[in-house]
Amino acid sequence: MKNKNNLGESLNNAMRSLWNNKVVVMFVVLCVFGIATSGKSVSHTVTEVFTRFGRNAFLVLALIIPVLAGLGLNFGIVVGAIAAQIAIFWVVSWGFTGVTGLLMCVLICTPLAILFGWLVGKLYNKTKGSEMITGMILAYFADGLYQFLFLFLIGGVIPVNNPTLIINGGVGVKNTIDLTGNIKYALDTISMLSIIQVLYIILAVITAAKLISRLVKKRELHLKSLLLRFAAATVVFALTFVPAVQTFLGQDRLLLLNAVELACLGAALFAVYLLLKGMVGEKKPFAQCYKRPVALAIVAGIVYALTYVTAIFQILIAVSLPVCTYLLIAVICFFNRWILSTKLGQDMRTVGQSRTVANSAGINVDKTRIIATCISTVLASWGQLIYLQNLGTFQTYGAHSMVGQYAIASLLVGGASVQKANNKQAILGVVLFHTLFVVAPLSASNLFGSALIGEYFRVFICYGVIALSLAMHAWKVIAKKKEEKAQSDAAPAES
Amino acid sequence: MKSKLKSAYQAIGLPRLIISAFFLIVLIMAGVYNIGIPALLGDVLRRWGMYGVLVLAMVPAIQCGIGPNFGISLGIVCGLFSSLIAIELNIAALPCFASTPVLGQWCSMLFAMVLGALIAWFVGVAYGLLLNRVKGSEMTVSTYVGLSIIAFMNILWVTLPFKSGDIKWPIGGEGARNTISLENSFGELLNKTGGFYLIGSEESGGLFIPTGLLVFFFLMCLLIYLFMRSKTGKAMTAAGANPNFARASGINVDKMRILGTAVSTSLGAVGIITYAQAFGFLQMYNAPLMMGFHCVAAILIGGASISKARISHVIIGTFLFQGLLVIALPVANKVLVGTDLSDIMRMIISNGIIIYALTKAKGGTASNEE
Repeated sequence: MKNKNNLGESLNNAMRSLWNNKVVVMFVVLCVFGIATSGKSVSHTVTEVFTRFGRNAFLVLALIIPVLAGLGLNFGIVVGAIAAQIAIFWVVSWGFTGVTGLLMCVLICTPLAILFGWLVGKLYNKTKGSEMITGMILAYFADGLYQFLFLFLIGGVIPVNNPTLIINGGVGVKNTIDLTGNIKYALDTISMLSIIQVLYIILAVITAAKLISRLVKKRELHLKSLLLRFAAATVVFALTFVPAVQTFLGQDRLLLLNAVELACLGAALFAVYLLLKGMVGEKKPFAQCYKRPVALAIVAGIVYALTYVTAIFQILIAVSLPVCTYLLIAVICFFNRWILSTKLGQDMRTVGQSRTVANSAGINVDKTRIIATCISTVLASWGQLIYLQNLGTFQTYGAHSMVGQYAIASLLVGGASVQKANNKQAILGVVLFHTLFVVAPLSASNLFGSALIGEYFRVFICYGVIALSLAMHAWKVIAKKKEEKAQSDAAPAES
Repeated sequence: MKSKLKSAYQAIGLPRLIISAFFLIVLIMAGVYNIGIPALLGDVLRRWGMYGVLVLAMVPAIQCGIGPNFGISLGIVCGLFSSLIAIELNIAALPCFASTPVLGQWCSMLFAMVLGALIAWFVGVAYGLLLNRVKGSEMTVSTYVGLSIIAFMNILWVTLPFKSGDIKWPIGGEGARNTISLENSFGELLNKTGGFYLIGSEESGGLFIPTGLLVFFFLMCLLIYLFMRSKTGKAMTAAGANPNFARASGINVDKMRILGTAVSTSLGAVGIITYAQAFGFLQMYNAPLMMGFHCVAAILIGGASISKARISHVIIGTFLFQGLLVIALPVANKVLVGTDLSDIMRMIISNGIIIYALTKAKGGTASNEE
C-alpha cells in the first residue's frame, strides 16, 4: 500500500516536472522528430550542431546577467554585436590578421561596447518596466544608425581607401566582407599547447605578484601552498615537452571521442581523489564515503563503454571541437556563476527581485542596472567576434540583425523565463534550438518536398517561442498580483 | 510672449517640431536641387492616403488601453488573405460585370475589404482575449505576436493551393508570388476615381490628386471619429484612460479592450487593401513585417502618446512621416549619388520616435491598471 502511494507520488512529481518544463519537452520531441525525418545521418546533424554551438553559445550566455538584474531579456545585445562589427571592419581594413587581429578587435570593441552598454543602460533606466520593448525597438534603431555609418559615413565622410572593402565609387562598405585570411578561425585555431603555455605564464606572474605583495605588506607568506601549486603547474607544463603529448596538444581541434575519453579519465581521477580525501583526509570509514566516488566512477565507466558502440563511435569521431572557443564558453559559464557570489551579483539579484527593497537597502539601483547592461553588451560583442571568426564571412548589413532574436529564442527554448535564467538552460537551449534549425529545412523538404516551408517554420518557431514565453510571463505576473491582492484584502478582514 | 511661445512649444512637442523642420528643409532642398516639386507633392498625397487607414488602426487600440498595436500585422495578413480570395475568385472579371468593368473592380475591392474586416474581427477578438491576459506587457507581447503571425502566414502562402495565374509563379516556384499584381482586379482603383492633375500632366510630372483615395481615407477617419464619439466609443476611451474608474462606473473594461482590439485589427485589414490598391501590388511574405512599427511611429509623430491618440494625430503624423520620406529620397539621391537613404531614414526616424515615446510614458506601460 505504502509502495503504491510512493509510486503514485513519484509519478505525480514526474508529471509535474514535465509540465513545468513543457517548452523543453516540446522541443525535445520536435528535435527527435526532425532528426528522424531529416534523411541525413545523425553524425551529420551532430557535427552541425556542435559547430553552431561553438558559434552561438557565448551570445546566449551574455543574456543571463540582465535577467538576474531584473531587466528581462536584453534585446539590446544587438548593440554589442554592432560594436564588434565596427571593430572587425577597422581591423580588417588596417590589415591585421590572425590572433593579433582578433586581439585588436577585442581591444577596439570592448571600450565601444562599454560605451554603448552605458547608453543602453541609461535608456533602460528611463523606461523602467518596459525594458524589453525598448530593447526591441532600440535594436532596430541601432541597426539604422549602423547602416547609416556603413553606407554613408565610411567612405563618404571618413576616408577609407580599400577597394576590397568599399563599394566601387568610394562610398559605403560592401555587402559581404570575406574574413578568410585575416581573422577566420583566429580563435578556433589556437592550439591547446599555446593555451597551456599562456596559462602557465599567467600563473607564474600571479604567483610572483602574490609573493611580492605579501612581502611588501609583511603578511604571512603561505609559501608552501603557493609553491606547491606552482610546482604542480610546472609538472603539467613539463609534460607538454614529452613528444607524444606535444603532438597531441599541438592540435587546435579536439576529437569529440578524445574529449569524452578525457572527461571520463578526469571523472575517474576525481572519484579517486574524493575517496582519498574522505578516507585519508577526514579519516572516515570506507562505508561512509564510498557512495559518490563509486557512482561517479560507474557513470564514467558506462560513458566510456558507450564509446565502443559503433553508432556512437561514428558520431564521436566525426566531430572535432575547437578547444579555445569551447574553453571560453566554459569560462563565461563560470563567470556567470562567480559574479553571483560577489557583492555586485548580490546587488543585482536584489534589484532584480524588487527595486524598492534594493533602494531602501542602500543599493544604487540605477548604477547596478547600468553595470549589468554594460557587462551583457561587452559579452555580446565578444560573442559576435567568436561567431564571425567561426563563420568566416561577415555579412555587413545582416550579421547582427537576428542576433538578439536567435539568442533569446535559444535561451527560452532551454526553459528559461523573463525572470529566471541560468547557464544550464542556456546550453540546453542552444543545443535544442540549433538542432531544430539544422533539421527543420531538411525534414520539410523530405516531408513536403519544399525546403522553403522548413525555413519559414524555423523563423516561426523563433518568433513564436518568444511570443509564447513573453505572454506566459505576463500572465503569471498578473495572476501573482491578483493573488497578492486577494491576500491583502483578506488580511484586514481577519483582523 | 515668452510664455506663449513656451505653451505653443509644449503643444507641438519637440519631436513634431524637429520632424516638421526637417520636412521643410528637405522641401526647400528639393527646390534648390530642381527636383520636380509638383510630382513630389502628388506622391506625398498618394502616400498619405496609402498609409492613412493603417495608421488610423492605432487609434482604437491606443484609446482602449492596449497601447500602440504592434500586432497590426494580424489585421494585415487577414487583408492580404481576403485579397487573394478576391483575385482567386476573379470577381472583377465575372461575366455579369462584362459591360461595366469598373463596377467589377469596385465589387472586387469591397468584397476583399468586407471579407478581410470580417476575418480580422474574429482574429481581433481572440487577440484581445490574449491581450487581456497580459495586461501591462501588451507592447512586448503584441510585437512578437505580430512577428510570428507573419512567419506563420509565410508557411501558408507557400502551401495554399491557389490556381489563379496572377497569384502563382509563372514557371516553377512554390506557392504565391512575392508581389502580386492587382492590374486585373482593383489596382489603383481608388486613386483613379475622381483623380485629376492639378498642375501639369502625366508626361510633365504634374501634381496628381488621388481624390478617391483621400476621400476614402477621410471617410474612414470620420467613421472612426463618430465611433469614438458614440456611447460605446466613450466607454472604450474611459476604459483605456482609467480602468478602475471605468469599472466603478459599470463599464466592462475587458470587453471594451476586446472591442478596441477587434476594431483596430479590422482597420488593419481594410488599411492594407487601401495600401495595396494604391501601390498596385499585394506584397506578400516578409514585406509587412515592419509595417506595424511604421504605423506606430507615424501616429506618435503626429503627437499621440502610447496612451492617448486622436484622429488629428493620424492625419498630421502620416502626412509628416510619409511626406518626409517621399521628399527626402530624391534629395538624398542628389546629395549622395547612387544610394538608398530612405529606408535607413525610415528606420532611424520611426524607431527613434517610438523610443522617445517610451521614455515619456509614465510607468512604462500603456494601461494604468495596478
